[in-house]
Amino acid sequence: MLSARNIRVDIGGTAILHGVDFTARPGQVTAIAGPNGSGKTTLLKAVTGEVPSTGDIMLNGYDTRTLPPWQLAAMRGVLPQSTVLAFPFTVIEVVRMGLLRGTSGNHDRRAMDALGLVGLADYAGRYYQELSGGEQQRVQFARVLAQVWHPVENGEPRWILLDEPVASLDIGHQLEVMRLLRDYAEAGGGVVAVMHDLNLTAMFADSMTLISGGRVLAHGTAEAVMTDVNLSRAYNCPLRVNHVPDNVSTFLHPAGATG
Amino acid sequence: MTAVSTTLALPVDRRQRARRLHLWLAAALAVVALASLDTGATGLSLPHLLGTLAGGGELSAVERTVLFDIRLPRVFLGMCVGAALAVSGTVMQGLFRNPLADPGIVGVSSGAGLGAIGAIVLGAALPVSVQAVIGTHLVPVAAFVGSWLTTLTLYRVATRRGFTSVATMLLAGIALGALFAALSGVMIYLADDRQLRDLTFWGLGSLAGASWAKLVTAGPIMVLAMLVAFTLGRGLNGLALGEATASHIGIPVQRLKNMAILTVAAATGAAVAVSGGIGFIGIVVPHLLRLASGPDHGPLLINSALLGAILLVIADTIARVVVAPTELPIGIITAVLGAPVFLWILLRRRGILEV
Repeated sequence: MLSARNIRVDIGGTAILHGVDFTARPGQVTAIAGPNGSGKTTLLKAVTGEVPSTGDIMLNGYDTRTLPPWQLAAMRGVLPQSTVLAFPFTVIEVVRMGLLRGTSGNHDRRAMDALGLVGLADYAGRYYQELSGGEQQRVQFARVLAQVWHPVENGEPRWILLDEPVASLDIGHQLEVMRLLRDYAEAGGGVVAVMHDLNLTAMFADSMTLISGGRVLAHGTAEAVMTDVNLSRAYNCPLRVNHVPDNVSTFLHPAGATG
Repeated sequence: MTAVSTTLALPVDRRQRARRLHLWLAAALAVVALASLDTGATGLSLPHLLGTLAGGGELSAVERTVLFDIRLPRVFLGMCVGAALAVSGTVMQGLFRNPLADPGIVGVSSGAGLGAIGAIVLGAALPVSVQAVIGTHLVPVAAFVGSWLTTLTLYRVATRRGFTSVATMLLAGIALGALFAALSGVMIYLADDRQLRDLTFWGLGSLAGASWAKLVTAGPIMVLAMLVAFTLGRGLNGLALGEATASHIGIPVQRLKNMAILTVAAATGAAVAVSGGIGFIGIVVPHLLRLASGPDHGPLLINSALLGAILLVIADTIARVVVAPTELPIGIITAVLGAPVFLWILLRRRGILEV
């Protein structure tokens, strides 16, 4: 269980988050959504400890602020929006960086398996800096997977926290990454992703926190949160939630377009 | 997570190359050290000495002095200084995530320089009795103290609420460097001709004053600092991903920064104190090695120590013999040999170097 209570973040004297509550359960994909500047990335960074905040943050029952980095790293991996790498490391060397000291098993094998999952096994020996932005993002995703490879370890769930993981990917790779995240959650792990694309969110998220102006607008199952009213209010434009004919997946479009 | 088993062979593994390089460099260092022992202004050769010893003969007093009191401590000190400068350079480049960083960035060089110049110029004003006691120790001690005070000042300026900003440290280092250059200018203005010559030569670096006393004082500091630096490999690798991600993969980033800054201040401070301003080793060695076996800091730190030691002993040997019976300052040799080689490598390997 990941729970954050009454999270406040001030950056340079400006309040970005005004007392946000957030919870995510293992076994689910939890999306954080909201318009640009709403504070969704800041919430994720507060949860990961990248941004100083007040309030309580508990992960698997531990106060994350009191855990040393190596213990925290054993429980959760974090994928930033983009990563600028210093020095010409190869792809496999970058993925290996995610492997913690004391990781059991063959490290090279684990790193190659993680690269295989994101479809970049052939790229192992290439220089990271020579790859496209989308490929770099998938390499970083493989690094995170290698770090928290087993979704459940010693009976405790492990977590993947991601900041717009698919923003720089084409649609095929967006689906691939989202499916890997779903698999991870279905195997018992916890997944929290800041999402920009509401249709992908509708397809893959179990629960959802909708943020606007540094406050939670709605929280609950993705189905319950994604309503015409909530989304139109959050994004400040008329939006309509629809269902495709099979009535399984939800999709979204501007309200004006359908008349 | 269920693994997609891959049958693909691992790509070219640079770790093996880096480990093989340990052996090659260690062997080369042994050869270079012996060659350096064999070379000198007195024309005393190692085969002759060994032959004498093997034949049951005794070394003359002069031979013993030259070998054990002059050349041997000098070779050891050269190895320590070269290794310390190169390792410091590697650590700084890793910490600042910038291949242009060198130990000078944390203020060690500017602080040591001001300390040494101050000692050379103002030391003469001390009472003769005091001068007799502290003698030749004044300049190295002042250099070491100067480097430490500068580093601590920069660290304090750049650290707020337990977080050290390396960018602030870099900027503050530039500001302090400018101030120290001006203060050094004041000293130079006050200096007499002999002091001017002394401080100019100090700035160019030399191992001419090498002695067992210097080795046992500065050597352990450099060796200890390097041993600590060797443990920072994984942390510096992680830092290449940025500070936030480094922390997310379990690296205690602030502690890493503290250790990196302390080890560099200790290693470079001690090296500069006993040898003066020797440039180029700290910046060239990590570059050469990254080209040879990749940027993985684990093996890179160890190889840096070895190659730094090799290059400095070579440079010192050249410095001793090229204008014998006098000596060239070693900083001239490291720059004259290092700069063209470095440029040549930059031109040849342009693609990979752009980081």
